[in-house]
Amino acid sequence: MIEVRDLRKTFTTPAAQVQALAGVDLTVRQGDIFGIVGFSGSGKSTLLRCINLLERPDSGTVTLAGRETTALDRHQLGLLRRKVGMIFQHFHLFDARTVRANIAYPLEIAGIGNRAIGRRVGELASLVGITEKLDAYPGQLSGGQKQRVAIARALANEPKVLLSDEATSALDPETTWSILQLLKDINRNMGLTIALVTHELDVVRAVCNRVAVLESGRIVETGDVGTVFGNPRSPAARRLVAISTGFREGTLFTDGGGI
Amino acid sequence: MNQFSTLLAQGLQDTVYMTLLASAIGMLIGLPLGAVLTITSGNHALESPRINRGLGVAVNMGRSFPSLILIILLLPLSRLLVGTTLGPTAALVPLSMEMAPFIARVSENAFKEVDKGKIEAALAMGTGPWAMVCKVLVPEALPSLVRGTTLIVISTLGLTAIAGCIGAGGLGSLAIRYGYQRFRTDIMVATVALLILLVTGIQLTGNLIARHIGRRRHIYE
Repeated sequence: MIEVRDLRKTFTTPAAQVQALAGVDLTVRQGDIFGIVGFSGSGKSTLLRCINLLERPDSGTVTLAGRETTALDRHQLGLLRRKVGMIFQHFHLFDARTVRANIAYPLEIAGIGNRAIGRRVGELASLVGITEKLDAYPGQLSGGQKQRVAIARALANEPKVLLSDEATSALDPETTWSILQLLKDINRNMGLTIALVTHELDVVRAVCNRVAVLESGRIVETGDVGTVFGNPRSPAARRLVAISTGFREGTLFTDGGGI
Repeated sequence: MNQFSTLLAQGLQDTVYMTLLASAIGMLIGLPLGAVLTITSGNHALESPRINRGLGVAVNMGRSFPSLILIILLLPLSRLLVGTTLGPTAALVPLSMEMAPFIARVSENAFKEVDKGKIEAALAMGTGPWAMVCKVLVPEALPSLVRGTTLIVISTLGLTAIAGCIGAGGLGSLAIRYGYQRFRTDIMVATVALLILLVTGIQLTGNLIARHIGRRRHIYE
């Protein structure tokens, strides 16, 4: 579904050159919930943003649903992006629009008629469980509710792929869990392929079937979640797992469970 | 006394007429320029360094002229479009042309205040340049645009006083012809008082509208 070949990207700042991606190869299969993990600065967000070309790679190719995105012109890319949903850490809803109008936005720009939009918005709102807030503005919603609206908006044009850039990183654990359940349900019921960037291993454990570990712009380990986390081979994956279990044991200990 | 109030009423009417229409025409030109300046900038819907730079230079040139000189330079254009170089209607041409580049920058500033994340989200949904301006930038920047409009209208008001020096009419012209040249202190004081009232009124209205929009969206600053 998503094929990334030898992707390279260097950011040039006045102070230095930062190589964010140093030749990344990645394959996300149809129906996967694919986790991309790594420490801060490992290039995981850049990788995700290269998939729908929010970031333009210096070299390499990205193939999405059989089309090479890196070869498309501006207009074709716009059309392709309508079939790729994306959600963000800070939601990025339109403050000027009600929940209803936010969900309707991608349908409006795709030129869909008002009656069809109304029907579709209703379906999406009940899918993400936000029906009673349709006339509220984003300013009136909690973080979890905003992310639900963002998910509905991302799914409006029935995309085949959903890109998730740290979508749960600004949410509390309970809300995170409910959003992850929602993503899992959507993946199962609609066959939606999800590529998900996170620095929280628990998120990957909870929803992903496959995972890639990124360090310094390279994929150092990839495979099924159970295999990678059960028996991490790369130093980066080992460190991630060690930190995550370290936290967990610490928590058990304070609860008295460690005694 | 009668002549006094007739003069002031006429001056006020001309000033309000020039201010509102010149602001409106200026915005018809300046707002689209501001939008193009925004969407042709980096990582936006119509990224194009060449158009962006060219337009930026043109706008800067327009803003570099001293107001009075630009007004004088544009008088032949007034004669061409309106048929005369005297009176408030003739003044609309140079006033709106003078305001347009300023309005372009004010609206560019408002558009650039829109959170980059929202722009990215819009781009990720396949938003084209036209929808970016009409459905994202203008609605999201509306409170800033309203505050900017307040600034624009008040600047135009100030400019009408300068245009009054060379035959535009209005309160500025009264202040010069009567207050200054004929030593009519009463008229000078009255025109300045009226201008203060106008500025205050415009500012209050702008603030009120901007706050109303913010409240409706449940954004409290």
